[in-house]
Amino acid sequence: MIRGFIDHLVTFLSVLATVLVILPLLAIFVYLVYKGASSLNLDFFTKIPKTPGETGGGMANAIVGSAVLLGLASVIGIPIGIGAGVFLAEFGRGTRLANAIRFTADVLNGVPSIVMGVAAYALIVSPHISFLPFTGHFSAFAGGVALGIMMIPTITRTTEEMLLMVPNAIREAALGLGVPNWRSVLAITVKTASPGIITGCMLAFSRVAGETAPLIFTVLGNAFWSTSLDRPIAALPLQIYVFALSPYDDWHRLAWAGSLVLIALIVLAVSLVRFVTSRGVLKGTS
Amino acid sequence: MVLCGLSIFGIVLLIAVELIKRSDLAWAKFGFQFFFRADLDPVTHQPIYWDPVNGHFSALPFVYGTLVSSFLSLVLAVPLAVGVAIFLTEMCPLALRSILAFLTELLAAIPSIIYGLWAVFVLVPLLREHVNPSLIKYLGWTGLFADDNPTGLGFVSAAVILAIMILPIISSLTREVMIAVPHSQREAVLALGATRWEMIRMGVLRNARIGIVGAIILGLGRALGETMAVTMVIGNTPEIHHSLLANGASMAAVIANEYAEAVSDLHRSALTEIGLALFIVTIIVNACARLLVWAVTRGAPARVV
Amino acid sequence: MGVGIEVINLNAWYGTNHTLQDINLHIPANQATALIGPSGCGKSTFVRCLNRMHETNPIARVTGTVRIGNLDIYEDAKPVQIRRRVGMVFQRPNPFPTMSIYDNVASGLKLNGYSNRRVLDEIVEKSLKNAALWEEVKDDLKKKSGASLSGGQQQRLCIARALAVDPEVLLMDEPASALDPVSTSKIEDLIFDLKSQYTIVIVTHNMQQAARVAEKTGFFLNGRMVEFDATHKIFTNPSDKRTEDYITGRFG
Repeated sequence: MIRGFIDHLVTFLSVLATVLVILPLLAIFVYLVYKGASSLNLDFFTKIPKTPGETGGGMANAIVGSAVLLGLASVIGIPIGIGAGVFLAEFGRGTRLANAIRFTADVLNGVPSIVMGVAAYALIVSPHISFLPFTGHFSAFAGGVALGIMMIPTITRTTEEMLLMVPNAIREAALGLGVPNWRSVLAITVKTASPGIITGCMLAFSRVAGETAPLIFTVLGNAFWSTSLDRPIAALPLQIYVFALSPYDDWHRLAWAGSLVLIALIVLAVSLVRFVTSRGVLKGTS
Repeated sequence: MVLCGLSIFGIVLLIAVELIKRSDLAWAKFGFQFFFRADLDPVTHQPIYWDPVNGHFSALPFVYGTLVSSFLSLVLAVPLAVGVAIFLTEMCPLALRSILAFLTELLAAIPSIIYGLWAVFVLVPLLREHVNPSLIKYLGWTGLFADDNPTGLGFVSAAVILAIMILPIISSLTREVMIAVPHSQREAVLALGATRWEMIRMGVLRNARIGIVGAIILGLGRALGETMAVTMVIGNTPEIHHSLLANGASMAAVIANEYAEAVSDLHRSALTEIGLALFIVTIIVNACARLLVWAVTRGAPARVV
Repeated sequence: MGVGIEVINLNAWYGTNHTLQDINLHIPANQATALIGPSGCGKSTFVRCLNRMHETNPIARVTGTVRIGNLDIYEDAKPVQIRRRVGMVFQRPNPFPTMSIYDNVASGLKLNGYSNRRVLDEIVEKSLKNAALWEEVKDDLKKKSGASLSGGQQQRLCIARALAVDPEVLLMDEPASALDPVSTSKIEDLIFDLKSQYTIVIVTHNMQQAARVAEKTGFFLNGRMVEFDATHKIFTNPSDKRTEDYITGRFG
């Protein structure tokens, strides 16, 4: 029967599609491990890159630099994101303002990261403004701000989602204790949803950790140790990009090792997030 | 809390304002023509689109490159993404489902730069050695596959890596809208004597089609703005050829490559205007996509992708 | 024309839950047979075994024999073929919301390859008339969607959809439980009219409904069929005490 044949054909094609999709994933991982594992040694994590021609060196400055950037990004992104999420779930639920904010957060989410970089350049790096601190030149500050803004939509959405999952019974119990509304919300509801909110922050963090485009002309990169917010700084994804496209084999090796480190961190973060959300740890109520 | 929420408005507004402000030079000089004009070389009479040193600025090759690579990537990604979604939602044994869903999530989490690296060192040589010759041989008659680019870079490579990158988004959103279709619809079709594929087609896909279109548009939005991976494989040549194997450029890629060392204020302003165009287009595309998906899943806060 | 159904030693499981135990009965052709019993007694599961819908659940299992007419539906046929011959109407009306009324009724036909416009028109009209819905929708067949009708109309649409593929048996799983009394009585009148052409098996919670429409009634309890007899006998002089307790409302 031709209907039966079509049914089997579709099944076959769907399985084929799935295989074709998983294949690149495995290919990328295998390749990264193959290329990068050999260059992963203590030096990688402790030394800065050497001038081309000399062997050895590492990407320590880039790792530290990324840490600084992500730290600044988190300081900006997490409070605003959680604050907005709390507003959407607890105070503005169903209001037009909340819908507008949610929609705008989505819009922000969809802005290409390169455009974020342009905006950060225009606002912070561009010499037109030079009376504010950290502005007027390439700096870690500019990159950190760009990354921080990029974290906001993700954190807002997951915070709202997690708070909505807290059963109303808990809010009512808090109100029943005679605590004024906003305090009860913060103390109890957020605490109940906190595992989920934290995983949301982790998700945003890992997403932003791998971003290169917004950093190209904001932090510029730095071949030496630097942790100052006021100067260009090295960042892991940026360094990987520059090294990979350079003509030096040594730098290629470092790029692969760096990629392996980066992807290992991201896999860890994603796995943790999945573990927390699927085990219902965020349910909170015992 | 309200302030946090309102600050999001402020941020988006600020971005828009700055982009508009910094594009003013280019806008004043070229106007809307910026996106499809071309100066002609006095000697060869070939169009010169983008020559910052000599003051030639036209965004046409970048618009062309972005559109071609994005739509080509959709052509590649959509059938696979929908196929994966169908498999995971309707056919996959339960035990396998969470593993495969996790792997698809991982695909979405891989940073663009790593996709770019892998593309440059693995994908492009692969295409160059094994796929492009076949394309030229069997499909060269269409005029879309010429034999004049030995590097393996170009639109096809960019489209393939883009397709791999947008696949997880389209797939997971398609899954979401398929799961939202009530079970009773599937049963109704089965009870009429339908095969499994017919049940999926009539009972699930038909009901979810609006959301699936939304998922595809969202994937398009991502493809339009994708920077690093595209920069590394598209060839960064601001020219227009109808061969899909030719080198090209994209809006995001040219900004990434030239912004830091722009040769003049006009150059920088032109790049900013390209950024502004990207900003506006991705906003519109994403807004349409979210509206469509919202219409099917009825307003529950959609998972952030 | 309808056919009789023979059920021999039917057992069904949901995972480890033994939902149906050793069911044996004969459902006569061209009659309505009602299945009654308290919630969870297995009557819905039983009916879903008759058109092999039970096995669509991955943890479901069936053993035993079900013969529809001369055909052993588990040994000698595929589920897709069976469901063409055995139609089903569900508890909650489930018309296809993205299709017009016409397309809803024709959906089963189109699946089976009918494409001739005239043939489709004829069958759609006949089915809607059989389902007592024709007069109400004949002017909006292609303009209105299946979901835009009232609850009772939707259910009659689902009946028309099931009838369009010309089954021999019609299974109805509490078809009126989600409907108002007026719609319910319309459906019951419908069953009365359809009996002569089809074999009808109707699961119902409502004993009065069984008494109104069915010649024979089976009483299910805890996965077993306790008693199966002429309806009036079940309701006036049941043989088993458990049946009597249920009828008189002592439990359930």
